[in-house]
Amino acid sequence: MNGIHDIGGMDNIGPVNIEKDEPVFHEDWESRVYAMTLATMGAGIFVTDEVRYMTETIPPADYLTFSYYEKWLYSLEHMMLKKNMVTREELESGEVSAPELTAGFEAASLERMAYGMKNRMPVFVDAESPPRFKAGDAIIARNINPPHHTRIPRYIRGRRGVVEMGHGIFLLPDTNAHGGPDKPQHVYSVRFSARELWGEDAPANDSLYIDLFDDYMDPD
Amino acid sequence: MTESSHRAPLSDVQLRVRALESLLTEKGVVNRETLDGIVDHYENKVGPHIGAAIVARAWMDPEFKARLLEDASTTLADQGYTGIEGSHMVVVENTDAVHNLTVCTLCSCYPWPVLGLPPNWYKSTPYRAKAVRDPRGLLREFGLELPEETAVRVWDSNAEIRYLVLPKRPEGTENMSEAELQEIVTRDSMVGTGQATLEQ
Repeated sequence: MNGIHDIGGMDNIGPVNIEKDEPVFHEDWESRVYAMTLATMGAGIFVTDEVRYMTETIPPADYLTFSYYEKWLYSLEHMMLKKNMVTREELESGEVSAPELTAGFEAASLERMAYGMKNRMPVFVDAESPPRFKAGDAIIARNINPPHHTRIPRYIRGRRGVVEMGHGIFLLPDTNAHGGPDKPQHVYSVRFSARELWGEDAPANDSLYIDLFDDYMDPD
Repeated sequence: MTESSHRAPLSDVQLRVRALESLLTEKGVVNRETLDGIVDHYENKVGPHIGAAIVARAWMDPEFKARLLEDASTTLADQGYTGIEGSHMVVVENTDAVHNLTVCTLCSCYPWPVLGLPPNWYKSTPYRAKAVRDPRGLLREFGLELPEETAVRVWDSNAEIRYLVLPKRPEGTENMSEAELQEIVTRDSMVGTGQATLEQ
């Protein structure tokens, strides 16, 4: 989706507000929203790509004015509604009126979350699928404009790059964010020169590296 | 209740979060022990001190550094530094010739197990917009002016791979211990918005 979140390369967004000795959370509610999002994800209600997409659907004016954890709160509330864990009436009242929605549901235990916080996720292995590209290969990032979730930002579409390294196989976010089907495929780090992206005024030696799924590129 | 009457009234967002937590807890969707444990982990256990220890060790131990640059995911996991948002790691090295900078233009991806949660500026739209378009101008906002001949490499971590910058070891640190070196490795130097220096 060509949404407001795809903001790389935009001008006039304002200065970077650097806070000295910033706390991890500025207010308690931020930490609760953060933890509830992780715990509901850990319980298997949704996957990361789904919640990323939910955040991308925040109306643009709100996206630019919400604080970081206000975005998370929006996404968590809407995800709970979408997954039928709560009703709108319950969200508004804070009172349980539809207990049947979550009858028998098993919340993520601390042990389960601690495992995920401290252990390596299994790497997706598919021996049937050798990588299509290798380091040094010239590629063109596809000029695609899907209406759904995607992780190919606008600023590299149609640009020429060179594969730097392979990262292994991951699930394509474009389908993973929308309930499948699973599309495991290779991901590569691809280098684009700053001049390829931003024109001849860009510094000659500078470059941009980005991780691209197989479906995001063609051989050059 | 007399105590709370002296406090500022709760904001709308505080009330919303309180209502949501009570609702999800009562419905068995989350439990308080899990939430408290998650907050404790990210507020008190992980943070830039972990990355600093890794960097200091890499500065002292060439063999460790070589393994880190070759296969960061395995090398870090072997040390116990892995997990959500840090299972797939790449470490990139800053030198006199190259300066690396990390960003997530599409959201806020960041290597949690080695740096903890990102600061607000990293997640902000100005940082995400500028890092790819004008990294040198962005770095000037952080007080860092790079020579023209230094190549700037920006890493947009838009997939599941997370990046950690191995800062350049400053001159004059040859006699420092690993513990002393850890003290000069800042979070910003591992994101690429700063450098490790002796003047802090």
